Amino acid sequence: MSDLTEQWRERVCAAAAAGTALQVRGGGTKDFYGRTPVGEVFDTRGHAGVVSYEPTELVVTVRAGTPLAELEALVAGSGQMLAFEPPHFGAGATVGGCVAAGLSGPRRATAGALRDFVLGVRVLDGRGEVLSFGGQVMKNVAGYDVSRAIAGSLGTLGVILDVSLKVLPRPVAETTLRFAIGEKEAIDRLNDWGGQPLPVSASVWADGVLQLRLSGAEAAVRAAERKLGGEVLADEAADALWQGVREQTDGFFADAAPGEVLWRLSLPSSAAPVKLPGKQLIEWGGALRWLRSDAPAAAIRERVAALGGHATAFRGADRAGEVFQPLPAPVMAIQRRLKQAFDPAGIFNPGRLYDGI
Amino acid sequence: MNSATDPVVLGEQEADFSAVDKARVVEALARVLPAGALMYDAEELRPYECDGLSAYRQMPMVVALPTTEEQVVAVLKVCSEMGVPVVARGAGTGLSGGALPHAFGVVLSLARFNRILHLDPHARTAVVQPGVRNLAISEAASPHGLYYAPDPSSQIACTIGGNVAENSGGVHCLKYGLTVHNVLRVRGVTIDGEIVEIGNHGLDAPGYDLLALVIGSEGMLEVVTEVTVKLTPKPQLAQCVLAAFDDVIKAGEAVAEIIAAGIIPAGLEMMDQPATAAVEQFVRAGYPLDAKAILLCESDGTPEEVAEEIERVRAVLERSGATEIRVSRDEAERMKFWAGRKAAFPAAGRISPDYYCMDGTIPRKRLGEMLTAIQEMEGKHGLRCINVFHAGDGNLHPLILFDANQEGELERAEAFGADILELSVALGGTITGEHGVGIEKINQMCSQFTRPELTMFFRVKGAFDPRALLNPGKAIPTLNRCAEYGRMRVSNGHVPYPDIPRF
Repeated sequence: MSDLTEQWRERVCAAAAAGTALQVRGGGTKDFYGRTPVGEVFDTRGHAGVVSYEPTELVVTVRAGTPLAELEALVAGSGQMLAFEPPHFGAGATVGGCVAAGLSGPRRATAGALRDFVLGVRVLDGRGEVLSFGGQVMKNVAGYDVSRAIAGSLGTLGVILDVSLKVLPRPVAETTLRFAIGEKEAIDRLNDWGGQPLPVSASVWADGVLQLRLSGAEAAVRAAERKLGGEVLADEAADALWQGVREQTDGFFADAAPGEVLWRLSLPSSAAPVKLPGKQLIEWGGALRWLRSDAPAAAIRERVAALGGHATAFRGADRAGEVFQPLPAPVMAIQRRLKQAFDPAGIFNPGRLYDGI
Repeated sequence: MNSATDPVVLGEQEADFSAVDKARVVEALARVLPAGALMYDAEELRPYECDGLSAYRQMPMVVALPTTEEQVVAVLKVCSEMGVPVVARGAGTGLSGGALPHAFGVVLSLARFNRILHLDPHARTAVVQPGVRNLAISEAASPHGLYYAPDPSSQIACTIGGNVAENSGGVHCLKYGLTVHNVLRVRGVTIDGEIVEIGNHGLDAPGYDLLALVIGSEGMLEVVTEVTVKLTPKPQLAQCVLAAFDDVIKAGEAVAEIIAAGIIPAGLEMMDQPATAAVEQFVRAGYPLDAKAILLCESDGTPEEVAEEIERVRAVLERSGATEIRVSRDEAERMKFWAGRKAAFPAAGRISPDYYCMDGTIPRKRLGEMLTAIQEMEGKHGLRCINVFHAGDGNLHPLILFDANQEGELERAEAFGADILELSVALGGTITGEHGVGIEKINQMCSQFTRPELTMFFRVKGAFDPRALLNPGKAIPTLNRCAEYGRMRVSNGHVPYPDIPRF
């Protein structure tokens, strides 16, 4: 065990004994996400660097404090990528923060989510124990799949030390098509296309314009382009578009009015238009709908639940209240016991996910 | 009631259920189940005494066959109140003894939960009961040009509930993922009789990712009553390349070269010469018998995509020193290429009275070391082994051949298997890629995980099943068991008390 890990263990044990809250944090680029962060900052950036990278094994293992941009540049050097296209939300994003936030970008609907690419983690739990789950191989069913449960836990279960991620080859060809259509028609078409063997890798609809990215073998992309029609975007414009959607620098996100909350609505892809007050941007083939709205939280959650989904107050909300959709009591009880299992003293990012978790 | 500091709940020692009173349990269950849904006579219980791992057998105390979720809730409440272990069971095709009954427990069969409740071609989802067979989902989705991607070899018989329990894979999971990548939501009942819905018909759910924990949990966390799966568009075309190599190491390197070229084939399988010889006399797939190893590499997608990928694969294989390359010319030939690979298990059964299937996964680059070591182990244990391999994802299925009627051969086969699993861990891999731990590999869990990690697994179980009544004694070894196993290992392979049953 490295000296730094040993120091961290001591710090965790001392915090657990004293009941001191620790705000586990990498670059702080996702400080805006979840309920209000509290506690002494526990900076993970000192634990950085690539542990191993074997392009032919499709696996990279990195320390949590490694800058996300550095990891992406490394795998790009071997023609590979993080297929879940994680948002950075700032220059200092770390791999640990990326995994803890569990957020995925435009490619998610077809390539899979961040959690789908997590093969293993090493974590420091609330008892000061260093625990390894999963590993560096694609298929592994020994023990409960704790590594995927750590993904998206917002640092509330432990300090992520290292993570092993599956990487994939970058597509040979990519093109973006543009269609002028309304919301309902866009949702219908995206679901129709989703049921066909088309190389769709991302979609975004806003303001009466649907843009669709195709990725894959040269022949497949060209054939799909001919079949679907639409207007082809120039490569540079397409790159800027998907970058802007992923990083939320796109106009829709940038133009939020004061008092508006940015809601993240996760829905069945074919769910009807949500018909809530405000402006919308739709991603993930219809399964992710961003809503800028000043409507009351209760009304939004109720409508989204009726459509079979859940709503997150992503930016600009009152973060002392619940940010994530409240859970039914039996599921909440399991969540609380799981938190207790990893962090019995409740020191890691307390209350960041839900009140008391 | 057990508490979080109970040594049973924390996995320090095995729980003792010998005080369970069969007559009282039967009486209580008879009150909540209709006639014909409860079995407790030896004759009726016999079919449940094992799953696909038939070397391990145990008669259950009682078998319950509910037809409704309310009945599942009622059964679990009775068991919870009376402190009775519950073992959920689907089709019983599992290969690790995960559904092996408990002598003082209830087997809860979900066989009557066999309906597809809803199939939505537009949203590409199907809501099914856990006893629905894996292949039945794809058959129902087929008219819409869709299918359910994970295809474990037992897919004609195995159920989706069992797939959820084991996080089953198949030959196409390098490209299409495992069960965990293809299930959106699971509805189930906890031991307390609470109905919980985990996951969502969207692409994510709020809170901790409990779905990831439930999938692959081997019936240890909850009893599944409904599963929503994702359906995938059927590829227009699939074509398969068969390549022969005069050296297994070269074949392994060719696999790495295919991946390095940026190709993720739909399937990438390898067989060694003894495996090829075994299947050839069984199905006559036309495999080259002089090859030390053969690779099967499948490409799927649009015709244009497949043509492009097959050419790239061919070029890589030529560079990698393949001695022969055949590309399937039509669907019949593709099926013929696959017939041999898919017949590997039955072929092992034909050339040997018994066989024992291993399931370790290793980093692909360690394949050569593993195969060399297996050859040495054949000498050490005096048994033959044939090797089939999901080469794309490093998942090995060595089939150890033995004859259970020969004194000591089963024990030697088990020792051989244990050696392979421990080497898998030492090479940076895992003891099980897709078959699960069950009862079969429970001792090797002690080699893969430390005490604090095993304790955390018990704590995770406690978050769902605070009384530790669901499938006790499976998947995660108690610290007591590991201590005993440790002693067994120090004794240099000489197992103490060879005539007592060991699990």
